Amino acid sequence: MTAPPQLYGLLAEYDNPDQLVEAARSTYQAGYRRIEGYTPMPVEGLPEAMEFRRTRMPLVILLGAIFGAIAGYALQYWVAVIAYPINVGGRPLHTWPAFIPITFETTILCGSLAGVLGMLALNRLPRPHHPLFNVAEFSRATRDRFFLCVEARDPLFSLPETRELLQQTGALEVFDVPQ
Amino acid sequence: MSKSKDNAPGSPPEGSSPHDAASPGSPPHGAGAHGSGAHAGKFLTGDYNYGSVTDKISAVVLTQESPRSWYVGFAIAFALVMLLLWAVTWLFVKGIGIWGINIPVGWGFAIVNFVWWVGIGHAGTLISAILLLLRQHWRTSINRFAEAMTLFAVACAGLFPLLHLGRPEYFYYLAPYPATTGVWPQFRSPLMWDFFAVSTYATVSLLFWYVGLIPDLATLRDRATGKFPRIIYGFLSMGWRGSARHWARYQKAYLILAGLATPLVVSVHTIVAFDFSVAIVPGWHSTIFPPYFVAGAIYSGFAMVLTISIPLRAVYGLHDLVTDRHLDNMAKVMLAAGMVVAYGYIMETFIGWYSGNQFEQYMLLNRMFGPYGWTYWMLIACNIAIPQLLWFRRIRYCAPLLFVLALVVNVGMWLERFVIVVVSLSRDYLPSSWDQYTPTFSDWATFFGTLGLFVALLFLFIRLLPVISIFEMRELLEETKGESE
Repeated sequence: MTAPPQLYGLLAEYDNPDQLVEAARSTYQAGYRRIEGYTPMPVEGLPEAMEFRRTRMPLVILLGAIFGAIAGYALQYWVAVIAYPINVGGRPLHTWPAFIPITFETTILCGSLAGVLGMLALNRLPRPHHPLFNVAEFSRATRDRFFLCVEARDPLFSLPETRELLQQTGALEVFDVPQ
Repeated sequence: MSKSKDNAPGSPPEGSSPHDAASPGSPPHGAGAHGSGAHAGKFLTGDYNYGSVTDKISAVVLTQESPRSWYVGFAIAFALVMLLLWAVTWLFVKGIGIWGINIPVGWGFAIVNFVWWVGIGHAGTLISAILLLLRQHWRTSINRFAEAMTLFAVACAGLFPLLHLGRPEYFYYLAPYPATTGVWPQFRSPLMWDFFAVSTYATVSLLFWYVGLIPDLATLRDRATGKFPRIIYGFLSMGWRGSARHWARYQKAYLILAGLATPLVVSVHTIVAFDFSVAIVPGWHSTIFPPYFVAGAIYSGFAMVLTISIPLRAVYGLHDLVTDRHLDNMAKVMLAAGMVVAYGYIMETFIGWYSGNQFEQYMLLNRMFGPYGWTYWMLIACNIAIPQLLWFRRIRYCAPLLFVLALVVNVGMWLERFVIVVVSLSRDYLPSSWDQYTPTFSDWATFFGTLGLFVALLFLFIRLLPVISIFEMRELLEETKGESE
């Protein structure tokens, strides 16, 4: 840990996605774990290069949808059978086919809400400020540049060596990211 | 600041490839995953790279002066919004008696317009959800404003049932909330299903649209020069930084959201069709209604996307991004949906005759030759006869003609809802209860007012948010770089 404590990490800039994927892979293989790529659009193979393979998104959405289905049906059952039963010519109170459309809608609604809120929560967003925004060039991460950040928290992190490693991957430039 | 780096040397000088092809190792992405990639290059003409495509789209919002047509169009739309406000205020003062509705025709313009507007919304979700699932690259340059169109159309649609309630301040009676009276909504009613379907649809469309916008809002945040826009776009983008792990979750969520939205679209218009087909009015009580309404929704929706995209690309010079091939594809979808709608008309007529039910048979004769007969024949002309021109390639590639055809289809689909709602209601079982329906000025004012509201919202959207999804255009460049060389 030779890095000064006020450093968030080192940020390497690339001008194409293939180089970034290659760099992420070699940095990962060198043993670094607290690394992250920043790209203007999703780059296929980049999460995998950092051994990030599974997200919990499908599970979160499934749970939301199941909750919606049960809650929607239960609400209708409770209202139509228990709270406010209306006897129309002796027809059954629990007319399940009539409850399907609303059950379907609540399923989709809760699944979608779970998807969006879950995605934001797992990504720890909203987060209006982040140390990376201290680097002026980082604004091109939403335009046409590809960045790889090695965080100072990484146990292998050492300022000269990590910088050297990043420069060897063909980075255009390597920036210090102040905390 | 990004401003000083606008024309940075990093952008490759060779035009067609988004970056230098010489890269270490074989590219781990792309291969095999994009079945339709071979044709994707044609959906983005001109020489672009990541930077220039970003600048081109964000310039409309950030730097480009609005053309005069924007001001003129917005002024007209704004005047119509004022007309809407007037009509609604007068309605609240006087009650719905100022509309043309009477006792057999209890549902007039309000429901005609409601169904029409909801239908228009559907193309947006279809373009963004189904075409995403099918990996159709051409959706990329039209999905953003198609989704915006959906939102605004649903907003216009939602107004009508509320106004039609007569006492709109009590609309919350529809919501199942714990009241001291102990009175709960009737969940077996199609109108109740409608309430849930449309509110779910509006919410999910908004979520889908917003999630799609987050990375582009971050682009605008980083490219805006003023302090105020930076704060607003920064707030809305929630600190998006394009991290690889974020993108992975984002893509997964977006894809599943598309998967959820697809059956939702079908369910919404199916439920709207249930409003009619669950009733026993001749001309409504028909099992073909749900699929036929869904097809009609796609038909009018694609017509509206064409109506919007043709002037939009002309005014902002987006011909490279919204190409003639996009228009051609949309015209083909419209033609196919139109054929399904035509099948619906034929089946309605056939079943009306084949049922042997004298009320159904009379309904058909009345629809064709009764006092509203002209609306039926205009409907056939607008929805079936004239759109057959779309079979010709030359017409599909002629933007002004396509624009006119799209307008014709919009009118035709509105007439379809008029024929179904008004003509069926005005003459049902008992001749003693028949009556004619004539829309009043207030009906027309409300209808044109919502048209103005729709257009005004679209104009604001064009001014304030990227009309084309920027990050997906960059993705398209990345995916098609192999074929363009």
